[in-house]
Amino acid sequence: MRTVEAVGKTVEEAIAAGLRELGAPREEVEVEVVDAGTKGFLGLGARLARVRLKWEQDVGRLAVEFLQEVCRALGVQVRTEVSERDGYLYLGCRGRGLGVLIGRRGETLDALQYLVNLAVRRRVGKQVRIVLDVEGYRQRREDTLVRLARRLSEKVKRTGGRVVLEPMSPHERRIIHTALEGDTQVCTFSEGEEPYRKVVIALRR
Amino acid sequence: MKELVEILAKALVDRPEAVEVSQVEGEKSVILELKVAPEDMGKVIGKQGRIAKAIRTVVKAAAARDGKRVVVEILQ
Repeated sequence: MRTVEAVGKTVEEAIAAGLRELGAPREEVEVEVVDAGTKGFLGLGARLARVRLKWEQDVGRLAVEFLQEVCRALGVQVRTEVSERDGYLYLGCRGRGLGVLIGRRGETLDALQYLVNLAVRRRVGKQVRIVLDVEGYRQRREDTLVRLARRLSEKVKRTGGRVVLEPMSPHERRIIHTALEGDTQVCTFSEGEEPYRKVVIALRR
Repeated sequence: MKELVEILAKALVDRPEAVEVSQVEGEKSVILELKVAPEDMGKVIGKQGRIAKAIRTVVKAAAARDGKRVVVEILQ
């Protein structure tokens, strides 16, 4: 939320000045009249009107606007849908030829997600948690990782050794850890340094 | 490509009006030189260059389609 105080000869002028400063549309701000001001008499005792504007910006709308602008520059058309899930704002994209937005192993998608979060945070002035997804990629990748984790845990139980997975992002490593959390026979931990940190699955002792 | 870097940089800095991008065309590669206000340098580079890396990743994705190599340079 952003707040500004503005003055003007009348309340309406003060509001207009505040909106200009915020760059906000009228219907999105809450107005508090601090001082209605007075014209005085023959210019004597005149006082300017003073208002305080509170602007609660729509995080979803800002995220979509930024993403659409980026997509236009990338020459791809997307349809977006915004929903809220456990404290996250989920921004899903659909359209043709969106592979360019995903990249190898979701590399581009992760970079874009990071930039969307930064851009929106700068505008609203507070931390935001936006998950960007393209054509359900994140859900598909999660399913794949969960299956992989289960398969490898079986192998560890059979052979008694340990399995080191390929390097993954923190988010993907968490999916593996969570998938095997309830398993009483194996444990998981990460080793190595970012960006090459890897999950290890080993027998629980 | 130049426009893309401009959009990304302007969305991240406090002084978007100071963002400048110039494009230097080579035979097989394109160099995009990004200039921002001195106080905004951190906003386009980030801790351990994380933001700069994200910008480069997105620009590279756009460039790969055009079959060109793109280098994004951040100028002091």
